Amino acid sequence: MQSSRISTWTGWTFSLIVILLGVVVFSLAVGAVDLPLRKAFFLLTKGQGTPEYTILFEVRLPRILLGFAVGGGLAISGVILQGMFRNPLVEPYTLGISGGAALGVCMNMVAGGSRILGPLATPISGFLGAVGVVFFVYVIGARGGGIRLSRLLLIGVMVSFMASSLIMLVMAVTKTEDLHGIIFWIMGSLEEPNSFLTRAVTFISLGGMVLSFLFAVDLNALSLGEEDAFHLGVEVERTKKFLFLIASILTGCCVAVTGIIGFVGLVVPHVMRLLVGGDHRILLVASYIAGAAFLILCDTLARVVIAPMELPVGVITGLVGGGVFVYALSRKGYSF
Amino acid sequence: MPLAERDTPFEDSKTCPCPKTKIFSESLWMIKINNLSCGYGKEVVVKEISFEVKKGEFVGLIGPNGSGKTTIIRAISGFLLPKKGAVLIGGKAISATGRKELATKMAVVTQSPEATPPFSVEEFVLLGRVPHWTRFQFLEAGKDVETAEKAMALTGISRLKGRKIGELSGGERQLTYLARALAQEPDLLLLDEPTAHLDIGHQVRIMRLLESLNKEALTIVVVLHDLNLASLYCRRLVLLDKGKLRKVGRPKEVITEEIINEVYETSILVKEDPDISRRLVFPVH
Repeated sequence: MQSSRISTWTGWTFSLIVILLGVVVFSLAVGAVDLPLRKAFFLLTKGQGTPEYTILFEVRLPRILLGFAVGGGLAISGVILQGMFRNPLVEPYTLGISGGAALGVCMNMVAGGSRILGPLATPISGFLGAVGVVFFVYVIGARGGGIRLSRLLLIGVMVSFMASSLIMLVMAVTKTEDLHGIIFWIMGSLEEPNSFLTRAVTFISLGGMVLSFLFAVDLNALSLGEEDAFHLGVEVERTKKFLFLIASILTGCCVAVTGIIGFVGLVVPHVMRLLVGGDHRILLVASYIAGAAFLILCDTLARVVIAPMELPVGVITGLVGGGVFVYALSRKGYSF
Repeated sequence: MPLAERDTPFEDSKTCPCPKTKIFSESLWMIKINNLSCGYGKEVVVKEISFEVKKGEFVGLIGPNGSGKTTIIRAISGFLLPKKGAVLIGGKAISATGRKELATKMAVVTQSPEATPPFSVEEFVLLGRVPHWTRFQFLEAGKDVETAEKAMALTGISRLKGRKIGELSGGERQLTYLARALAQEPDLLLLDEPTAHLDIGHQVRIMRLLESLNKEALTIVVVLHDLNLASLYCRRLVLLDKGKLRKVGRPKEVITEEIINEVYETSILVKEDPDISRRLVFPVH
């Protein structure tokens, strides 16, 4: 039984890695300028300084790397939060993280934070907004000792609404040029000129994957309910705090750099649960790879559908993700 | 063991796992509850309760709805912290014992589990091995699979091992939860209403299984609503009434018309079955 399970899990992981590599190659090759792979290999060895080399390795590749980190990060945040809350509707943005980040970015744009911090002002303000909201939700949710998950969820949803109202308020009184900046940021994009931020998010995302995998068995136990997990030796309160922290940092970092890219953290965990089952030891790994592949693919489609113009990536993730989600739910036998 | 022999005082029983010379030593007690008060929030559900459970005993917790049976199980398992008093497991305060260590010694089958986990029966039973794993163990070893298979065989659910938990009937599900608890290889098993909502066949099957496990030195504390099952299978009963201890003793000492009518505020008849030397309860029509 054990060996058959390991071979099934290895099979899934290998297949998903192959799909991810295929998506990466596709994403490198297509765009406003088509670059066949043979040419890409030639460019890699002898093409430095050519415009194609710049497109391939300084535009598309960093974007793919960011898609990998954010897609994977958001997907495992979704797995962690859905597993922890035992609620299929929870996604990384449910706890108000995206609302907080958007509010932080709005405040920054209105206050002109970029005059002091330069291009880092947006991600820093987004991250601070996300952290501020998470801290607020956590402090209120954990009042009276211990994290009560249903209470935390409700507070998160309410804080999200409050953040949305405040964003509308800021947008109503802001200048037109700032309004454009806010709207484009909210729509989300993988275009990030700062390579340091791309590397930082990749590092945090992979670190989050490794850390969350350490809690895979605890997440399995938590799926039985908190009381049963406790009786299986899980330090429930400590585990919830760690998981909440990992999911919040992952989501906060992703949102701060790319803006709000919806559906990845909701849809990918559900589809992977349908395919590989509910065991978090494979679900986390599979969701990370699938989330990365899904976001890179959606971003590539966003680049090519109306090339040379670009669609916001959120439009594609919403349409593709929503369709896949409805299909997954209509499948007989699928239950959370 | 025939039913008639079950009233043998536990201290004299040949099945007692502890040598007689240690009969008064601390190690004889599996559970010691001293002046325990606990509850939820500001509400105190259980008030100043003290009783002990010896190693190898089969104790039934009985009492009307809301009398504090589940609260006591939660206090013994450490899920609920005492507001006053203490719970000792094997002579050690429960608060001083690590969660993982405790889970290798004590297993709990909770009342109406709150979630339907997305696992097959086999995967679910294997979760009972988790307390024995190190922090960096992610896959079950051969011994884990072997123990889980034994637990499934013992509870008669081996044929269901590929089925999902959500596809099981109430009785099959309860046996699966029991198998997971047995996979923990505990010394102490706590069960909260394991026979609730089950037909008579499953009720008897579960109680007989508990009885045979008890004969193999497993200490059992079980919450039961059915007074006849409690009388038939438990060696000792703890009767609770409105959060207080009403009576502790052998079934024939606890199940009397006077006590039961008073605690349950109803009219019942208690008759002794001479064949099995057990008291049985009948509602008065």
